[in-house]
Amino acid sequence: MQKAILSRELSLLFLAPALVFIALFLLYPFFSIIQMSFTNQTLVGANAINPQNVGFQNYVELFNTKDWMRQGEMGHSLWLTVQFVIGSALIGQAMLGLGIATAFNNRKGLLREIVFTLAIAAWIIPDVVVAFAWFAYLDPEGTLNMMLQAIGIQPLDWLFDYPMFSIILFNTWRGTAFSMLLFSSALASIPPSYMETADVIGASPWQKFRDILLPLLRRYIATDLILITLWTFNTFTPFLLTGGGPINRTNVISIYTYSVGLRFFEFGKASAIAVVVMLINLVLASIYLFVSRNQQGKTA
Amino acid sequence: MKSPMQRILLTGFTVILAVFFVTPLLWFVFAPFNPQASLSVTIPQSPSLANFEEVLSNEMAMRGLLQNSVIIGIGTMVGTSLIAALAAYGISRGTLPGRKILTYVLILFSSVVSGTASMVPIFKLIYDLGLIDTHIGVILVMIGGSIPSAIFIMQDFVESVPRSYEEAAMVAGASPLQIFRDVTFPVMRPGVLVVGIWVLVGAWGSFLTPFILLRNIKLMPASVTFFLFYDLESGMPQIRLISAYAVLYTIPVLLLYLLINWRYGFRFFGGIKQ
Repeated sequence: MQKAILSRELSLLFLAPALVFIALFLLYPFFSIIQMSFTNQTLVGANAINPQNVGFQNYVELFNTKDWMRQGEMGHSLWLTVQFVIGSALIGQAMLGLGIATAFNNRKGLLREIVFTLAIAAWIIPDVVVAFAWFAYLDPEGTLNMMLQAIGIQPLDWLFDYPMFSIILFNTWRGTAFSMLLFSSALASIPPSYMETADVIGASPWQKFRDILLPLLRRYIATDLILITLWTFNTFTPFLLTGGGPINRTNVISIYTYSVGLRFFEFGKASAIAVVVMLINLVLASIYLFVSRNQQGKTA
Repeated sequence: MKSPMQRILLTGFTVILAVFFVTPLLWFVFAPFNPQASLSVTIPQSPSLANFEEVLSNEMAMRGLLQNSVIIGIGTMVGTSLIAALAAYGISRGTLPGRKILTYVLILFSSVVSGTASMVPIFKLIYDLGLIDTHIGVILVMIGGSIPSAIFIMQDFVESVPRSYEEAAMVAGASPLQIFRDVTFPVMRPGVLVVGIWVLVGAWGSFLTPFILLRNIKLMPASVTFFLFYDLESGMPQIRLISAYAVLYTIPVLLLYLLINWRYGFRFFGGIKQ
C-alpha cells in the first residue's frame, strides 16, 4: 500500500471545485427531475406558477397498458430505442470497432492511418455539420444512391422509406471511433509474446481471436458496451436527421422526451419519462457490471 | 503472419472502411465551391469562391464563428482542464474511501442525467443565477457537463507522474499546493492538453446548451448561427452557403484534434490499465 501524499481534508480541498459543479449541474437536475415528475408543471398557464402535486399520475399515464404501445407513446418509443441501440451501438459500433482494432493490431503504416483518421473525423465533426452531411448523403439524389446506381441498384428515399435503418447506419458511422480507439488501446496492452506463441503452435486467426484476445478483452468490452449503450440511449442527434419521423418511426426516447418537454412543454410528464429512462439506464449499467465481474471471477 | 493473402484482405477491408467513412463527407468537398450546389454531389461546372465570399460578408455569422465560439470554447476548455486536473490529483494522491469507483460512478451518472430532460432544471438554475443570455452561463453548464469524463481521462495522466518527484518535493518542505503547481502539473501538461482539446472540440460543436440559454443573436456561437443561412421566406436552408460555413466551422477543430491525437496518441482513462 502506497503512502498517501494528501491528507483526507486536503484531497477534498482539491476536489472541491469539481464537487461544486457536480452538485449544481448533475445532482441538482437529477433531484429536480424526480421532484418535478410528481407534479403537473407546464410552461404556461396556471400550472406554471403553482404546479400541483399529482402523485404517480404522470407514471400511470405513461404506463397506461391500453395504448402505451401506440405510435407516439412511450412503449412504442422504447421499442424503437431498443432497435436503435442494438443495431447501431452493439452490432454497429462495437463490432465494427473491434473488427478494425483487431485487423490493425500491431500494424503501423498508411492503411491504418487512413482508417483511423477517417473514423476519428466522423466522430469529431460537430453535430450540426454531420447532420447536413448525412441529409445530403441520404437524399434521393445523394451520394449513397449515386453509388448504388453505379452498381445497378434502384435509388431509394432512405430517410422516408427506411428511417430506422438510416439512423442506425448514421450512428454507426458517427460513433465507431470510440470503440475502435478503446479496443486498440486494450489490444496494445496485450504482450505480443502471447500471439507469437500461438503462431508457433499453429493457431488460426479465428482461434487466436477467440482463445486469446477475447478473454483478455472482456473487461474492456464491458466498459465499452456500458458507455456506448448509455450514450446511444440518450443521443439526440437523430432528431437533426429525421425529427423523429416520418410518422414517429424514429421517435426514439430522447426525441420523445424532447417533444413532450420542450415542444409541448409538459414538464411534469417529460420529467417522469426522464426518470423512467434513468432507471432503465441504471439497470443496464448494473447488468453489464455484474456480468463483467462474474466473468472476471471465472477467468482469474 | 504477413502472408500476401492477408495483405490483400487487409487492403480490401481498408478500402471498404474508407468508402464507408468518407462518402458521407464528399458533399463538403464540392458543394462549398459550387454556386449552384444542390444536395447531390456534382463537380461544379465553374468552381468559385462566391459561397465563401457571401458567408464571410455576413457579420453576425462571422462574429459567431470568430468571437462567440472561441470565447465559449476556450472558457470551457480552461475551466474544465483546471478543475479536472485538481480533482484528478486529489483523487489519485489522497485516501478518500471509494475513490477507485468514484469516477466510474460519476461517468455513469453523467451519461444518465445528460438527457434533454435535464435541460429544464438547468434552464431554471441559470435563470435563477441571472445568467441567461450570457457566455458565462453557457460556459458554466458546459464545464459541469464535461467534468466527469475529463476527470476520468485526466486520472490516467496523474497516475503516470512518478510519486517520487512529489515525495522529494515534500521532503524539501513544499506545501501540497506548491507540489501540485510546480511538480505534478508541469509533468502532466500533455495530459492537460489532450483533455483540453477534447473539451474544446466538444464545446465547439455543442448546440443544445447555447441554443436554450442564449437569446441575443450577437452572443450566439457558430453552431447556432447556422440558422442565419436559412431562407427567411421559405424557411429552407440555403445549402450552398451552409456548406461553405460548415467547412469554415469544422476545419480548425478537426485539424487541431488530429494534430493532438497524432502527437500524443489517444489515451484512455485509468480503467484501461489493469
